[in-house]
Amino acid sequence: MNIIVCVKQVPGTTDVKINKETNTIIRDEADAVINPFDEYAIEEGVRIKEKVGGSVTVISMGIPKTAELLRETIALGVDEAVLLTDRAFAGSDTLATSYALSMGIKKLGSYDLIICGKQATDGDTAQVGPSLAEKLGVPHTTYVRKIEEIKDGYIRCQRMTDDGYEVIEMPLPAVITVVKEINEPRLPSIKGKLKAKKYEVKILTADDIGADKSLCGLNGSPTQVIKTFTPVHEINGEILEGTAREQAKKLADKLLAMQFVKCR
Amino acid sequence: MTGIEIISDKCIGCKLCLKACMFGAIDMKEKKAVINDNCSLCGACVPSCKFDAIRIEKDKAQKTVDISEYKGVWVFAEQKDNVVSQVAFELLGEGRKLADALSAPLSAVLIGSNLQDQAEKLIAYGADNVYYVDHQSVEHYNDESYTDIFVQLVEEYKPEIVLIGATTYGRSLAPRVASRLNTGLTADCTGLEIDPEKKILLQTRPAFGGNLMATIICPNHRPQMSTVRPKVMKPLEPDYSRKGEIIYPNVIIPENLKVKVLDVVQTVCETVSLSEADIIVSGGRGLGDAKNYALVEELARVLGGAAGASRAIVDAGWVDYSHQVGQTGKTVGPKVYFACGISGAVQHLAGMSSSDIIIAINKNPDAPIFKIATYGIVGDVLEILPELIKQFRERLN
Repeated sequence: MNIIVCVKQVPGTTDVKINKETNTIIRDEADAVINPFDEYAIEEGVRIKEKVGGSVTVISMGIPKTAELLRETIALGVDEAVLLTDRAFAGSDTLATSYALSMGIKKLGSYDLIICGKQATDGDTAQVGPSLAEKLGVPHTTYVRKIEEIKDGYIRCQRMTDDGYEVIEMPLPAVITVVKEINEPRLPSIKGKLKAKKYEVKILTADDIGADKSLCGLNGSPTQVIKTFTPVHEINGEILEGTAREQAKKLADKLLAMQFVKCR
Repeated sequence: MTGIEIISDKCIGCKLCLKACMFGAIDMKEKKAVINDNCSLCGACVPSCKFDAIRIEKDKAQKTVDISEYKGVWVFAEQKDNVVSQVAFELLGEGRKLADALSAPLSAVLIGSNLQDQAEKLIAYGADNVYYVDHQSVEHYNDESYTDIFVQLVEEYKPEIVLIGATTYGRSLAPRVASRLNTGLTADCTGLEIDPEKKILLQTRPAFGGNLMATIICPNHRPQMSTVRPKVMKPLEPDYSRKGEIIYPNVIIPENLKVKVLDVVQTVCETVSLSEADIIVSGGRGLGDAKNYALVEELARVLGGAAGASRAIVDAGWVDYSHQVGQTGKTVGPKVYFACGISGAVQHLAGMSSSDIIIAINKNPDAPIFKIATYGIVGDVLEILPELIKQFRERLN
């Protein structure tokens, strides 16, 4: 089974600070991580490989620096890591990203399953998985929380919904996006770390994958950011004082008065 | 030529752009800024420059469609078990404003079967007409068939704006449809507006976990597509005397689907689902022990709301992931949100800061949650929660 896992480099979001004057994010130099959801995608790919055999390839579109993060995935059991990097990809929205990834994946050859994280923590759009599936002309299922069975050219999985889950079956090749409930990612092994150290990430440019540059990057992106600003939280919060009972009573008074909480 | 350019005559080497750049993509060479390979053309540096020395340009020769053919605002009326989701009515409320600003019709797209009453309800909530695809085989949502049908409708009727609820299904359908149509899609918009001059849609959404807001346009492609989370927009008061037309479009219903939905299982049955709840009571590490989460559930039950959780206690195994609120869990926007023993990490705030009223209960008066709280109680949740349960139980009966 040939498995491809799509990953993205995102800022480590724990300490996002905003420069109030420029409305931009102040970031520390070393502040880049693999999108947390993609770690579950990698783990699931490696688990499937361990069960049924085959290989796991991670692919990312990003700046040259991303190669360092991709190399680390080798320590987790990934076989190959590919980075699509080119100035032509800069400024991609989700459509242009999906296009570039689809061209990169076609270049890699045949595949059975593509796994993406549910969404990336910087943009939170959750769009690239389904959009990529469309560009490749294969079916997709989002929010997969469990793979029930994968063999003989099909996958049966559970998709998380707002009030439960659905059991979905589709033929392979297919794309799934996974939620964190699906597994517990492993830590890199010592042996894996040594292997990763020696590994060289395969770098591909827009020309290498035969991408039409008018469909890449800023040119290939229908959406444009025209303005960014810091949200204003104008909250003059009120602290309720007193004993626990008094505090609870004050709060109940307020909520009942506003009729947000109603008698039944 | 596409790309970024530093106009070196204007650059004074102040380095403000270096601080603005999220990607470490600007170097200083001979006291001038220089862009390196890390640049993602995100544009953050442009406004940071006080001297207009940075310019980003896009090729003019972008493949475009004749956008003048596209008219009207559409709302996808998602339904489950033959009931249209609340988010569709919220989108109609917002869509009505957009349609009026464009002097264009507002339509709902309804796919399913036996939904006549729901089609009429959509008109009462503001739709001028409803495109109703009525077929037994599309009773339940399926990514493949719904995408096929939706794309056929867009190609036939050419709407200029399409709004879809950012639900599980909507967040799967919208990108697949947008990708097939090769148009732009903006996820999880919190503000929608029509530019009064250009008559295009201004889509505002949070980015970087809500730390930054971005306004996005889709100037040369149609339709302009947005998803919007439940509870963000407000529905109109229904008016059943409103007149509207139900249109039965002639579409090809896809057969022999690859994607098969074998089973639909409901696991959340005891209470209201988090994304639909008007009141959410969430617990965090301040509860001290897994067994104390029962207090959170009890208050939620007394108030007729849903129980949520911080990532910390989900990771600790106290509660199931389906309860997690925050960046890696669910994004919610109830009328009242109780944060009990939750300090308010930015990832948690990203998932609930759009709630109308936020109540923070925490021992630590410096916890960040108090900064966004409408009402704060500094104290031990284990003392406060039983008192609150008692108060509401007595006074709601």
